[in-house]
Amino acid sequence: MSQINSKITEEIRSKVKALLSAEEIAAFVGFIDGTLPMTARPFTARSPEDADRLVFNSFCVVNPAVYLPPLLKSLEPPRRPTDPLPEGPLPKVGILATGCWSRNISIQLQENQIARERVVVLGTGCRGMVDMRKVGSIIDGREIEKAYELDDRISVSGKGFSEEILLEDVLRDNCLTCICPNPVIMDHRVGGQVPDRRVDNRFPFVDEIESKSLDKRWEWFQNEISSCIRCYACRNVCPLCYCPTCFVDDSRPQWVGKSLDPADTSIFHILRAFHCAGRCTNCGSCETVCPMGINMRVLTSKLTKDVIDLYGTEAGVDSDAPLPLTTYSETDRQDFMV
Amino acid sequence: MNPYLPYSARINDAVVETEDGNIKTFRLVLENEEERRKFRQTPGQFAMLSLAGKGEIPIGIASSPTEEGYLMFTVNKAGLVTTALHQMPVGARIGVRGPLGNGFPINTEIKGKNIVIIAGGFAFTTLRATLIYILANRADYGKVTVIYGARTPGMLLYKDEFKEWEKRDDVDVHVTIDQEAPDWTGLVGFVPTVAGEVGPSPENSVALICGPPIMIRFTMPPLEKIGWTDDQVYLSLENRMKCGLGVCGHCNVGPIYPCKDGPVFTRTQVKSLPLEY
Amino acid sequence: MNKIYGLERADLEKWLSRWSEKSTVYCPDEGDGRGPASFSGWKVWAGDVLPEIKPGPAKCSIKTFYFPQPESLHTFSTASDDPDAFLLMEAERDRSANVLVGLRPCDARAVYLNGLPYSKDPYFQHRDSRTTLVGFSCLEQCSTCFCQEVGGSPFDTHRLDIAITEIKGRFIAEVLSERGEALVDGAGGAGPASDKEIAELDRLKNEAKVLKSDSGENLKAKELMALYNAGFWDSVADSCLNCGACTFLCPTCYCFDIQDEVVGNKGRRIRYWDSCMFPLYSQHASGHNPRGMKMQRVRNRFMHKLKYFPDRFGPLSCVGCGRCIRECPVNIDIREVLKDLLGVE
Repeated sequence: MSQINSKITEEIRSKVKALLSAEEIAAFVGFIDGTLPMTARPFTARSPEDADRLVFNSFCVVNPAVYLPPLLKSLEPPRRPTDPLPEGPLPKVGILATGCWSRNISIQLQENQIARERVVVLGTGCRGMVDMRKVGSIIDGREIEKAYELDDRISVSGKGFSEEILLEDVLRDNCLTCICPNPVIMDHRVGGQVPDRRVDNRFPFVDEIESKSLDKRWEWFQNEISSCIRCYACRNVCPLCYCPTCFVDDSRPQWVGKSLDPADTSIFHILRAFHCAGRCTNCGSCETVCPMGINMRVLTSKLTKDVIDLYGTEAGVDSDAPLPLTTYSETDRQDFMV
Repeated sequence: MNPYLPYSARINDAVVETEDGNIKTFRLVLENEEERRKFRQTPGQFAMLSLAGKGEIPIGIASSPTEEGYLMFTVNKAGLVTTALHQMPVGARIGVRGPLGNGFPINTEIKGKNIVIIAGGFAFTTLRATLIYILANRADYGKVTVIYGARTPGMLLYKDEFKEWEKRDDVDVHVTIDQEAPDWTGLVGFVPTVAGEVGPSPENSVALICGPPIMIRFTMPPLEKIGWTDDQVYLSLENRMKCGLGVCGHCNVGPIYPCKDGPVFTRTQVKSLPLEY
Repeated sequence: MNKIYGLERADLEKWLSRWSEKSTVYCPDEGDGRGPASFSGWKVWAGDVLPEIKPGPAKCSIKTFYFPQPESLHTFSTASDDPDAFLLMEAERDRSANVLVGLRPCDARAVYLNGLPYSKDPYFQHRDSRTTLVGFSCLEQCSTCFCQEVGGSPFDTHRLDIAITEIKGRFIAEVLSERGEALVDGAGGAGPASDKEIAELDRLKNEAKVLKSDSGENLKAKELMALYNAGFWDSVADSCLNCGACTFLCPTCYCFDIQDEVVGNKGRRIRYWDSCMFPLYSQHASGHNPRGMKMQRVRNRFMHKLKYFPDRFGPLSCVGCGRCIRECPVNIDIREVLKDLLGVE
């Protein structure tokens, strides 16, 4: 067992148990062990007993902030859309937050999707999450039947093999370029501070695509999205995607065709990325959950890079900094406009 | 036979029914004579109206099979297809796929019975078909009572026909509006209230009820009070439909597909289903 | 009595070559997963060697072949000078014949199951009549395989035309249908399997039978509303993201939407995959949504597969391929749902 993560798990369980027992929170969003090796299932604990199932490990790949706005809403008393909120405090929700997850909570606050007084953040430092596909390629695609983590390694075994793999070798690419391993918002700390990662180049994959000719970039993009089945897992897992009706679903007017025409799939991916511009925290959920293994994070990374170049800001790191693309400033650069 | 391929029809006539202009009745004539002969609907069935380039929508058939040579559809302007349909001129081409669904058991369970038709707003459409059919086969049914209401006089459907039905002595017609209105000399009050006042006897009777869910909900207590049971009450379920054949999945209410198993169910059947309509 | 042949790998490859003279032969692909959308895990056999057929089902299900994304239903013209303008006509149908080699029994079973609601669907039936399925029985299963729990088996032969079992490097091919016979008759070059091989095949089949359970019968016996109102649905929905990964990878999720497309003055009516996980799936034009909550949609998907479908058609609408378990972003595991449903009193 990983000593570090076991300790964090214990701290989460006891803290959440206390919060739920004291009815300080109505629910807590965290993770429990999944049914497959190397998986953790996002889980909403609603009773003190539920708290005993919570875990934290290197397999918590889904950003739990995605559950926050709808969960808070579901805990409000039922009312018609036009009715005002009832007087008095509303039920609170607790949530586990690493660096990037907390940045998404910060953005949800800035974009008025959630109210600060209703959220209790358990912050923890994060050393990165495991990329199942990287593990898969190391063990040559064989099926893993058992896996457990040690502090700097994971041990995987299956029919006819057993291997220990260095964690650093199988961390997700977004985790390897993480600039913010510790939470920016926190009400309670679990576990210790994680040292910042030394990142020489935050955008290696973007650089690689940028170095190609226009034609080659387009070719890369078309090939990358060619196997997209439009399941929208990338969109639905994203804490930034909270529109009541997404432009791809809208039928009046219908902006995008519904089947698998490459033009439609392209529009979906391009627009999805642009909707995340200046807001993406590089949490990597979209890329991780894609059943077809599409590296769509390259697109959002490119926009993150551009936003840094143009506005010098980083999404969700400073909760007082205005969001670049929803704030007008006379000093905004305009040279890209025409 | 490809059940997805509509018959081709022309719009023969289009009449605005209501004062808000949102409801129009279309009279369609199938282009092929053989198809015209073959198309035999049961009152309560629906068809897919098909606008090439816009799509298809399920609409209850408002005409009775006894009205030969044409089909009538009364359409509320709500979505993409109905909006486009409302703009179509007489003579335009339109597809018709059907008849679909089960319809009211007009020649089986309810034959020989007293019929009570209760409807609100623009839900009278398939009940118009039913009433016309019953009046054309009047000897096959007992006492016929019609209770129909709308918000205002201008929102009532089939106004001219109602005038004719009210004159007949073999059908008991009660038309009501929600609130007093100038020049209105008829009943005033909600459909459930009027149904209670009319108090149709449940003896050897069935009720066919179509209307907004809230109307149906409030109509039941006054009927139950005078002895009506759920198995005497027929309702028509609506849900989003795409294929009309029980295949595409969209309209399911738990295990049943209103497009194929319905849309007509007894209230007993509806109560055994999940509340997903 | 079915004809049973014994083949060396080279014999089987010869068969494939002969078949590809008249048909398009597809087989599993071990490539990088990039290629025609929703086609991942399959490729057209190019006359080289038979690829290794790994344990478990291919990445994308057989639905890829049976429900093209999109499928043209009708065509029409919108040209004002065309007397047939806005007249919907039968779309041209694909006349090619396909042979699918190396699919697993679960995928073939999915064709059988989907064929129940699609028994009168002319598009599905047309395609099915032009597709020959050559399956490979599973001597080894993945940890996510659970076909035996849902009425299937590693040796299930539902809808298969030929079932091949690899025994000690030899391929034992059991011909199960006239279509399969036609393929084999035309290909020649293979001798009958030995008595020993047939005995071994029978032994393997019998061994697999022991594992069979009847979740379907158990669920059919349960009261519908008791399952519908079970307490665990909220917890499943808590984790669910309401994406369509499970439905789109599932071989027995067959729902579709229909839409018209017009380019210039030419139009077509298409159908394409839809998912009951998406809120708009059930939304009325009025805005009312009978399944407006995520929990209702999650529940509908499982209830359809495990209760509504068996109540109507008999078998469960799940083949136990495990794709949804492996690819669910949040590890919702249908085996747990099945267990929870079986536990409902």
